This record gives sequence, structure tokens and C-alpha cells, in this order.
Amino acid sequence: MSTVYFIAQQTMYFAIPLLIVALGGMFSERSGIVNIALEGIMVIGAFFGIGFIHIFQNSMSGQSLLLLAVLVSALAGAIFSLFHAFAAINLRADQTISGTALNMLAPAFAVYTARMIQGVQQIQFMDTFYIRSVPILGDIPILGPILFKNAYITTYIGLLIAIASWFVINHTRFGLRLRACGEHPQAADSVGINVYRIRYAGVIISGILAGIGGLTFVVPTSTNFNATVAGYGFLAIAVLIFGQWRTKKVFVAAFFFGIMKTFASAYSGIPFLKGLPISNEVYKMIPYIATLIVLTFSSKNSQAPRAEGIPYDKGSR
Amino acid sequence: MRRTRLLQYEEFTSFLSSLMAILAGLLVGLVILLISNAEDAFPAFLTILKGGFTDGTKGLAQVIYFAIPIIMTGLSVGFAFKTGLFNIGASGQFTMGAFVAIYIGIKWTFVPEGIHWLVALLGAMAAGAVWGSGPGILKAFFNVNEVITSIMMNYIGMYLVNMSIVKTVYDSLKNQTKPVLKSAVLPKAGMDKLFNTSNVSIGIFIVILAVIVIYIILQKTTFGYELKACGSNKEASRYAGINEKKSLILSMVIAGALSGLGGGLLYLSGSGKYIHVLDVLAPEGFSGISVALLGMSHPIGVFLAGLFIAHLEVGGFNIQLYNFVPEIIDMIIAVIIYCGAFALLFKQIIKRLLFKPVEEKAQDVKEPVKSSVISDDDYPVKPDVEEGIQTEMGAGNESPVVDTKTEENDTVQREEDI
Repeated sequence: MSTVYFIAQQTMYFAIPLLIVALGGMFSERSGIVNIALEGIMVIGAFFGIGFIHIFQNSMSGQSLLLLAVLVSALAGAIFSLFHAFAAINLRADQTISGTALNMLAPAFAVYTARMIQGVQQIQFMDTFYIRSVPILGDIPILGPILFKNAYITTYIGLLIAIASWFVINHTRFGLRLRACGEHPQAADSVGINVYRIRYAGVIISGILAGIGGLTFVVPTSTNFNATVAGYGFLAIAVLIFGQWRTKKVFVAAFFFGIMKTFASAYSGIPFLKGLPISNEVYKMIPYIATLIVLTFSSKNSQAPRAEGIPYDKGSR
Repeated sequence: MRRTRLLQYEEFTSFLSSLMAILAGLLVGLVILLISNAEDAFPAFLTILKGGFTDGTKGLAQVIYFAIPIIMTGLSVGFAFKTGLFNIGASGQFTMGAFVAIYIGIKWTFVPEGIHWLVALLGAMAAGAVWGSGPGILKAFFNVNEVITSIMMNYIGMYLVNMSIVKTVYDSLKNQTKPVLKSAVLPKAGMDKLFNTSNVSIGIFIVILAVIVIYIILQKTTFGYELKACGSNKEASRYAGINEKKSLILSMVIAGALSGLGGGLLYLSGSGKYIHVLDVLAPEGFSGISVALLGMSHPIGVFLAGLFIAHLEVGGFNIQLYNFVPEIIDMIIAVIIYCGAFALLFKQIIKRLLFKPVEEKAQDVKEPVKSSVISDDDYPVKPDVEEGIQTEMGAGNESPVVDTKTEENDTVQREEDI
């Protein structure tokens, strides 16, 4: 049983950042803007969040510091995503161009700034955020060890974001408008929706979530930030497509990938897998191969937003 | 009047707006340098500009050495862009090509000496092609988005190569591949004497050959036309009798082969470069996206963009003398690419500056959305996939140049329609 708990706890570290960032991507893409800048936004979010922790860790510690850092990351991500929004919405640029540019800019900026200020590019931080066991909740049988032991507060933030995203997209006026702009912006415009404003909102939300996702990725898995999020932004795009741009499916996809990734990286802690004569690299490949196989059989009907990637021009017919 | 004529060429305005993007990027770079260290900023900036010209022939050789792999991955990404695909998997294809080239270069001792390197390069191309075909087949037959499959294939390729290296050509002391046999190293053909360094070989000529071949395929052959047609409209192409599945797969195969060749060229260049066994994706594949965007996916543009980025990178390496961090180059390149997105805006500015006589026209352009006459015809409704970036770069190029007559005719016609 302890193996199951171990897998569940490890899965959270991989799945939650993917989930948050993929949901961010969902807001942007369902408003009609392809956001391949997620990787770069994650780096910026993590950079400012970890930088904030690094500066204030002597005067503060624990959950309040982490929560403030989450806010800083969200703000940094939102501001950085404005570049993408401006190019994609106002200038009607090819959305791959500005996305690629931002993906390139972010790590370079992080490395440059860190090295110029402190000489080395790694930003160290003390992990004072680890929760061994949540009081009361951690003692619940089964659910307690899975959800409330060996955890980080970011896990719960991620789950809350998932629920909120589902509600906003499917059950609010804003969500409906967002979806309309991604499917048929001309129609949305004809009933008085400001397509540009909605799309800005979509991209900024994706920036906020990707920024938080960057911090969420770094905090549980490391004690320093090295100007990279290890391709998780791109993986989040994969999870988003895998999840067919729908909240629930994205949730399943993120956890599917997270569990696979856990087997890959922590198989030596799982007695059954450790005994098998399979090379390390094969385990590492499994998440990607499994995703490919699942996609092969589930992609026949793609549900991508129809106006995705097409700049909206009010004057066009 | 000569000015007007010159401006009518799409290429010329595109070129000017690219130039403005480059200037903007360099300006941002200068500002960043000034902020970080005002004293050394200008000498450092000059060093960046001088780039490959700093160190005589050695510097030039260094530029070529940096440029070879990124031109190849840039060609790969650009070719896929032209055929309506986003090949984000150049990294995996590059790695596969690199490994197979090294493997053949070490293990295939039965190959005659004179052609050993050639066989290794062909092997690299084949490996890249196989790796590229995966996303192509999955997209053609199972409708899987090529972006996601390419990303997955990147990781699978990296782990597969790491595993294969450890099993076959591993130097366990240095955690990297063994050196390839002398016969598999690309011939120097006197280039090393010409440039006075051992970094150069005939690799750059193979790159030029690849650029020409891709240019001919895309611009001068029916085959290339079919590939582009499938990229811009799959249904219409099928209706016109093109086998769209075959075209799609072949596009990815060619793109993969180009990346694979890039991997082979880099690791057979005999410059002491080895694949390290690390869980990191090959960065050359992602640089390829930048090169393709900067070169507007045009083979010759890609070639120049690769040289330009390599030139800046050499400069970035040199500014470490002034205690600056070389990542400034990546920031400059990122700003340049980002400003490429401003092409539309830049073009309007260029035309306004060079085309003063027709003031009213310029004013029309200022507010494209409100002026119905212009916005209908001169701004693309959506960038069609086939031309992708080019459309963006070339968009709106007719607007102020259109002489008054045609536009009047246009308006008249429309009034008649009503």
C-alpha cells in the first residue's frame, strides 16, 4: 500500500504543473490564440517567483512566502504574455513567430539577469514549503496519504485552478464568449462581443497560469532554479492537445502523463519494477511512447477550436 | 518614380522590414548592455557587431562551423512551414542523424575509405527521414497533430540515442561518444589551410547544395508545388488529384532528412564534438525554428539567417572578455524574431517615409480597419498556411503602392455591383 501512496504523491509533482500550464494554454487557445510561448512564460514565472523567494527567504518562510511567490509568478507571467497578446491580436502576426521569440527570450533573460546580478545562473532557495502531513486531513484513511501527506500547497492550488477553469469555461458568460471567439469570432463580434478584449483576457489568463505553473514545477523538484523548466511548456501543449482542449480531458491527460512520468523517474523506488531487467532509458521513454499510442487511437476527431491561430480582422469578410 | 518601382517589389520591402527588425533587435541589445554596464557597453556592442570578423579567417571559420547545423535544421523547419507543417521535432531528427553518423563512422569499417564519410552522411539523412516520417504518417492516417507527435518523438529520440550510445559507441570515462574514424571525418579539401584552422571542411558546400536542392524542389518542380498545395488546402489538393497523404508524409520525410543531415555534418566535422549522454534535447533543433522564421522559410533566406545568427553568436562568445554574458545574443535574436511580427507595421512606416508624394494614401493605411476600401483587399483575411510567415512579411505590400487608378476602378466596380 505504501507503494501506491508513494506513486500518488510523486505523480502530483509532475502532473500538477502540467495541469496548470495546459489549462492556461486552454484559455488562450479556446479564445483563438495559439500559445506556444508557454515554455517561455513558465521560465519567466519561475524566475521571478524563485527570485522573490531567494530575496525574502531570510525574513519570511513557509506557506505565506510561497503564496506570495505564486502571486509574483502569476503577475510576471501575465505581463510577459502581453507581448504575445500584442503581436498576435493587435498586429495580427503569425502566432508561431512571437511564441518562438518569447520562448527564446525568456531563458536568455533569466540567465543574463541572474549572472549579471549574482554571478551564477542558478538561483538557490531553501525549501521551507514541504508539508509532511496536513493536520487532521492527513489522518483520513487512504485519501489522507494520497492527497495530504508529503505534499506542497501548490498541489491544492493546482486542483483549485482545475475546478475554477472548468466552471469558468463551461458555466459563465465570460467562458461562453471566450469559446465563441475561438470558434467563430465574426459571429461573436456580430452580437456585440469585443473579440480583441476577450482574446486579450484569454492570453493573459494563460500567462498567469503558465507563470504559476513554472513556479509549481521548480519548487517540489529542486532547490535551485537553473533558467529552465525542462521542456514542460511544450509537454503542456502536448497535454492540451491530448486533452482535446476540454478541461476534464486535460485533467485526465495531465495525470495520465504524470503517472507515466512517475514510473519513469521513480521506478527504482517501486519494488516490482526495480526487479525487471529493463534499461533506465526505456522507462524514461515510456510516457512519450504511451502518449503517442493513446493519441493514435483517439485523434480521429480533433476538437481544436476552429478559429485557432487565425488573426481576427474586424474588416474581413 | 524609380523609387516607386523599387518599392513595388515585394522582396525589397520585405528585406527592408527585416532590416528594421534587425536594427530594433540590436538597439534593444545595446540598451541592455548599457543598463548592465554603461562603461564597457559600447566596446562590447562593437564586438558583437564585428562578430565573426574579429579573429581573421579563424573567426569566419567559426561562423561557418556554428552556422552549418542551424542552417540545416532551419531548412528543415522552413521546408515544413512551406508545406503547412510545424516541424518542432527537428531536435529529435537532428539527434538521430548525429548518432547514426557517429555509429557508421565508428563501426562500419567494411566501407571503403574514400566514401566512408559519405555513407555516414547518407545514414544520418536516412535516420532523420525515418524520425520525421513518424509524425507524418501519424498525421496522414490518424489525424494526430504533428506538433505533439514531434515533441514526443524528440524525447523518444533523445532517450533512444542515449541508450544506443551506451550500448555501442560509449566512452564511459567522459560520458560521451567515442571519436569517429579518420575516414569518416568530412574531407577538408584544402579548406583547413585556406582558413588556417581545423574547424572547416567541405560541410558548408554540402549545406549550399542542400539549399539549392530545396530551392529547386519548392520553386521549380511539380512535386514541390504539390507539397505546397497540400499545405495550403488539403481538400482542394485532393480534388485536384494530388495524393495528399503521400505529400504530407514526404514533406516530413524530407524535413527529417535535412535535420538528420545537419546532425551528421556537425558530428563528422572532426572538430572534437561528441554527443554527451545527458537528458537534454539538442538545442540545434529549436534554433532551427528561429533561423527559419528569420529567413522567412525561404531556402536562401534561411541560409543567410543561419550565417547571421552564427555571426552574432561568435560575437556573443567574444564579449565575455568584457565580463558580459553571451546570452545577450539570444535576447537580441529573440527581439529580432519578435519584430519580424511587426513586419506589417514596419512596412507601412517604410512606405510612409519613402513615399511622401501620396499623402492621402499613407493616411488611409494608418487606420486600415476603418477604411473599408483598403482593408478589404490589401490585408489578408487570414495568413494561408502555405506561405505562413511569408504572408505575414509580405502582407499589405500592395497598399500604398497601388496606384490611384486601379483603386478607383475597384471602387467604381463595386458601386456597379451594388
